[in-house]
Amino acid sequence: MRALTLAAGVSCVALAAAAETPVLTVLTYDSFTSEWGPGPAVEKAFEATCGCDLQFVAAGDGAALLARLQLEGADSAADVVLGLDTGLTAAAAATGLFAPHGQPAATALPVAYDDPLFLPYDWGWFAFVHDRAKLPAPPKNFSELAESDLKIVIQDPRSSTPGLGLLLWVKAAHGDQAAAIWQGLADNVLTVTPGWSEAYGLFLEGEADMVLSYTTSPAYHRIAEGDDGKDWAPFDEGHYLQVEVAGKLAASDQPELADRFMAFVLTPEFQSAIPQTNWMYPAGAADLPAGFETARPAKSLLMGAEEAQAARDPALAEWQAALAH
Amino acid sequence: MASGAGALGAALLLLVAAPIGAVAWHAGGLALSAADWAALRFTLVQAAWSAGLSVALAVPVARALARRSFAGRRLLILLMGAPFLLPVIVAVMGLVVLFGRNGAVNGMLAVLGLPAVSVYGLQGVVLAHVFLNLPLATRMILQGWQAIPAERFRLAQSLSFAPAQVMRHLEWPMLREVVPGALATVFAICLTSFAVALILGGGPGATTLELAIYQAVRFDFDLGHAAGLALVQALVGGAAALVAWGAARVAGFGAGLDRAAGVQGPGGWRRLGDGAVLVAAALFLLAPMAAVLLRGLPGLAEMPGAVWPALGRSVAVALVSTGVAVAAALTLALAVARGGSRWLDLAAALPLATSGLVLGTGLFLIVQPFVPPARLALPVTVAVNAALSLPFAYRLILPQARSLQADYGRLAASLGLGGWAGLRLVTLPRLRRPLGFAAGLAAALSMGDLGVIALFAGEAEATLPLVVQRLQGAYRMQAAAGASVLLVATALALFAVFDGWGRHAET
Repeated sequence: MRALTLAAGVSCVALAAAAETPVLTVLTYDSFTSEWGPGPAVEKAFEATCGCDLQFVAAGDGAALLARLQLEGADSAADVVLGLDTGLTAAAAATGLFAPHGQPAATALPVAYDDPLFLPYDWGWFAFVHDRAKLPAPPKNFSELAESDLKIVIQDPRSSTPGLGLLLWVKAAHGDQAAAIWQGLADNVLTVTPGWSEAYGLFLEGEADMVLSYTTSPAYHRIAEGDDGKDWAPFDEGHYLQVEVAGKLAASDQPELADRFMAFVLTPEFQSAIPQTNWMYPAGAADLPAGFETARPAKSLLMGAEEAQAARDPALAEWQAALAH
Repeated sequence: MASGAGALGAALLLLVAAPIGAVAWHAGGLALSAADWAALRFTLVQAAWSAGLSVALAVPVARALARRSFAGRRLLILLMGAPFLLPVIVAVMGLVVLFGRNGAVNGMLAVLGLPAVSVYGLQGVVLAHVFLNLPLATRMILQGWQAIPAERFRLAQSLSFAPAQVMRHLEWPMLREVVPGALATVFAICLTSFAVALILGGGPGATTLELAIYQAVRFDFDLGHAAGLALVQALVGGAAALVAWGAARVAGFGAGLDRAAGVQGPGGWRRLGDGAVLVAAALFLLAPMAAVLLRGLPGLAEMPGAVWPALGRSVAVALVSTGVAVAAALTLALAVARGGSRWLDLAAALPLATSGLVLGTGLFLIVQPFVPPARLALPVTVAVNAALSLPFAYRLILPQARSLQADYGRLAASLGLGGWAGLRLVTLPRLRRPLGFAAGLAAALSMGDLGVIALFAGEAEATLPLVVQRLQGAYRMQAAAGASVLLVATALALFAVFDGWGRHAET
């Protein structure tokens, strides 16, 4: 009996201690929190200094994050949202749920990006990835791709952020000619998948010659699998950027902890976890692992948040008109 | 019993309607647009083709299985059921290995100097849906065959019926009873198709209602539109169910003595024909499964530790959902067999045509003001899986619940056999086979179903299908393929255990 009382007392103390540890809740996408994503390393590094409990809540991918945030509104239990991309920031800002992060702009981006609400934590260039042996001379731009007999797999912009990125890429590179580019590409598109993983899986299965992915995809095969056979095709129009951002929620009940986390995002402790877990470029100072980068696109494309928001619907209509047969 | 069934039916209708209502209420209304008609048209066309072909092909396969006995027949029946239990994306990859640009079929065509066939387009969508649903249709129709009392076949034999006469007097009335339900079930499953239609559809021309719902939620952030589309989807599914079941006729074979069939089918070319049908069906269903297995085996060694607790959660979720689904389906089926009202029939069918995304989003909206959604991830998954597998269980149990009522209902009533005694002495022994099959199906479906958990789960609540999806999202296709094999093997094992219990009734 006494032992039981003692045990109860001890667990009360433990509970009280746990209750005093403030909890920072970060809403992010699935692959960030998984054991092979950046989540575990980031959690460990932040908890070592913050005296807090960092908890991730996962919700699908970037687009699902925004949908979830809109469902929850100001009632969201999250303090920080991590994983929106630049195609979504205008819609995210329009919710009015975000507070300024107060951090200096990220330094390691290939373009200037300074947004008071959204702080980049990683980024990458979209690119078509192919097998070096099967396709030694890949097309050098969208027009060459359209004229070729090559088959590509892309993602649906309605359900996937890379799919939306491709729409904006073609629009940013070709403006009024975007619809004509899509008309030309229509017979090259083998199929359209709901998300990145199905498209990449079809490509690895040998179904398509090229897949829409990132310039960093070959690095995964090179570093994690010791396979140097994949490469990305440099396009002379330039490559569209995906910049992934973090934002602090105005309704957070831990505003100071949230601020500390935003300051932590661009430190080497956070940034060094990015390349080999998220397979993206770090947005702050961090060493790139050997073999991560073999070449860089000569030119980077990125629309402003408002511009991207305005381009979405007409670009989707052009895409649908060209590809619906 | 009747009031219990009424409450259950009402709860099911609520589970379908409340999330749509919650989403509409959040958005402040319902909306539809002109482009939705194209999505509705494509959805109906592909679902009609898929259901028609699945059932048309299932009839000869089920007949061959019913009237031939051969070594390994039970194993073949079990394995041929497997495609229905595959996670959709795994099934698609298996089909692509066979029918894709680089697939075995096109390889053979090239050797023969024939032009390549493309798996991308309406034909690919229908092919995948037939692959996924032929097993279910076959089993539903096979059950019908096995439910014809052996005495009727013996009588036919002693009267020297020709095969055509057996067809007319025994098989046709049975098909009239079973086929409409099978058609409606496959049609409703294909109505909500999303990933198959998109990946094999080849582009935005293959936009289904479910994809339009994705667009409304994720691209346009227009929840009113999503709710409107979900309502249309549910109405079409409900209408299809009503039409099909209006066309069904009770066969009225009367009771038998449960003797082993022991009747061989006709010989000659019909025997060869049955053999050819079985070989073709087994090839079509098992070759992609073998491809899935071959891709996955090397990945088994690469699976991360997170797979094992996720497997445990998935099995637990599956077992609880199965208990709930089968108990509810039995209650509803008995009530309808005893002359309960037709709306129970509708309530038991509607979950099939429900949009997974709207269901998840609506439940999220309902739960979120009261409890952090992650805390309810597993209970919500159990409830949704139970609701989604209930229509199958109900469809499987109902025909034999009807025969039970017709053949033994008056005797049981005159003996005053009701309540538990009736359940133990009459209902369970007579319905053991469909109950076992239904439980196996419910368990396997709950294992494989991603359902709504993706919206709710944090890191600590992930089920095995969610882990597979997360692995795929992080380049780990090998490990994902390995985990998929584990998933399918577990689902098939659960199915085999329950189904085996049901088949114990056979002598």
